[in-house]
Amino acid sequence: MNALGIIVKREFASFFATPVAYVFITIFLMLSGVFTFFIGQFYERGQADLLPFFNFHPWLYLFLVPAIAMRSWSEERKSGTIELLMTLPISVTQAVLGKFIAAWAVLGLALLLTFPLWVTVNYLGTPDNGIILAAYVGSWLMAGAFLAVSLCMSALTKNQVIAFILAIVVCFLFVLSGSPVVLDVFQGWASAMVIDTVASLSFLTHFEAMAKGVLALNDIGYFLIVIVTFMIANHMIIEQKKAD
Amino acid sequence: MISVTQLTKRFKEFTAVNELSFEMQPGDIVGFLGPNGAGKSTTMKMLTGFLAPTSGEIHIDGMDLATNSKAIQAKIGYLPEGAPAYGDMTVIQFLNFIAKVRGIDSQHRDQRIADVVQQLALEKVLDKPIENLSKGFKRRVGLAQAIVHDPQILILDEPTDGLDPNQKHQVRELIQHLSKDKLVIVSTHILEEVTAVCNRVIVIADGELRFDDTPEALLKQSKYHQAITLHLSYQADISGLLELQGVADMHVDRATGRVTLFPEPGAQILHLVTEYAQVRKLPVDTLYIEQGRLDEVFRTITKERVA
Repeated sequence: MNALGIIVKREFASFFATPVAYVFITIFLMLSGVFTFFIGQFYERGQADLLPFFNFHPWLYLFLVPAIAMRSWSEERKSGTIELLMTLPISVTQAVLGKFIAAWAVLGLALLLTFPLWVTVNYLGTPDNGIILAAYVGSWLMAGAFLAVSLCMSALTKNQVIAFILAIVVCFLFVLSGSPVVLDVFQGWASAMVIDTVASLSFLTHFEAMAKGVLALNDIGYFLIVIVTFMIANHMIIEQKKAD
Repeated sequence: MISVTQLTKRFKEFTAVNELSFEMQPGDIVGFLGPNGAGKSTTMKMLTGFLAPTSGEIHIDGMDLATNSKAIQAKIGYLPEGAPAYGDMTVIQFLNFIAKVRGIDSQHRDQRIADVVQQLALEKVLDKPIENLSKGFKRRVGLAQAIVHDPQILILDEPTDGLDPNQKHQVRELIQHLSKDKLVIVSTHILEEVTAVCNRVIVIADGELRFDDTPEALLKQSKYHQAITLHLSYQADISGLLELQGVADMHVDRATGRVTLFPEPGAQILHLVTEYAQVRKLPVDTLYIEQGRLDEVFRTITKERVA
């Protein structure tokens, strides 16, 4: 097995060696149930789709993804294992990618485990399963963007709490950048182009179509760019200040 | 095999390592000595490619560390300061992980791991998470991961810290046994360790090289080297000892009653002292030659030089 595969396996196993993954998946499943049925009014809408389920994903990820990512690099720094990891014959790229893939797989697993909802909606009606599948893919992709941001924040500090809070704040800005909360700051002094650019960075806007099952190239591209950008930043941070 | 030239590391204003140069060959077991904060760990971190030097070059096996770090890291076994390890893994999982990353193929992996487990007596803790182990076991797990791939170069940052005397002895034996054709660098501030395992000593203080030679040469720097210490069973006149040829100085320890005679540089005074004691019928009940006192040399070498 190549070095990347070995790192992914170790990272993935470490989520399950501690209760982190179990707690994460349980909370994710419980909250997505609560949101879908009580707040999203799954039954009352009388429609055979999973829109109320997917619509809440940005808000679920906002808190849960930083929680699962916060220890990734902080813990390495705190315990000194970063010195071990970085003196093994593996590259920083492999380490960064490995951590990302492992955590993304945990997020994917959590998403897969929401299948009872899919079973339910198929039992109650005849939904378009292609749309549901597309929305799942979109949601996983968005989770990847949240994850890349959170991992990058974790690389900044040896304190997990700081990593968690930083990640939430940055993710929150990305989620809300299309909404008045953020746009009002720019209103009045910035040009329309700046405002449009800021608005176009919103996770919500890009996920809106995805939740409905439309996988547009620009939305997919957007999330991929966010993922790649933050992974490059992550790489640079580790490379520059691995010993701090 | 390792060649370091003008190695310097600065952290903002602070110079941790200052123009350090040395060469090491296979077979060298080098003791890295120095007070806390002298730059030992920083030097080791640079040798293993974890820290990039501010200036200076490190060549290992003819390759430049700055451009060939992965190839060089594959040849090095490294125990970082404090023996960090992934606490949530069990010992066997951890060793397996390191062995896989180190590229030991599956046929030899189990055998290699079994070997190091036996060498470091880890059999009883194989299935325990590392975070639950005692300090001594953690240190030994760190050593095991450093030697699992049978590296040509072994860099150990305070390998015996936190071990009990038996375990220290075990680790020293391990280092001596593995190092016929290997290059080992051991940092420590336990002075006896250096004479026990090393065939070369490098002393650093304030980031600068202060001494680089054999442990015997280090002992020779001591003013106690070849000094004679004796003890009399009852009071007698010993003032004549100071008159002997080659005796430079005499020191009487009031608390223990021991008398130490310091020779002039290069002088052998043992036979003169014994002769004198016989002629004068001095009641000598103890007499021995001092090898030199490391702590005294260490203090002299490492204390700040007055400009």
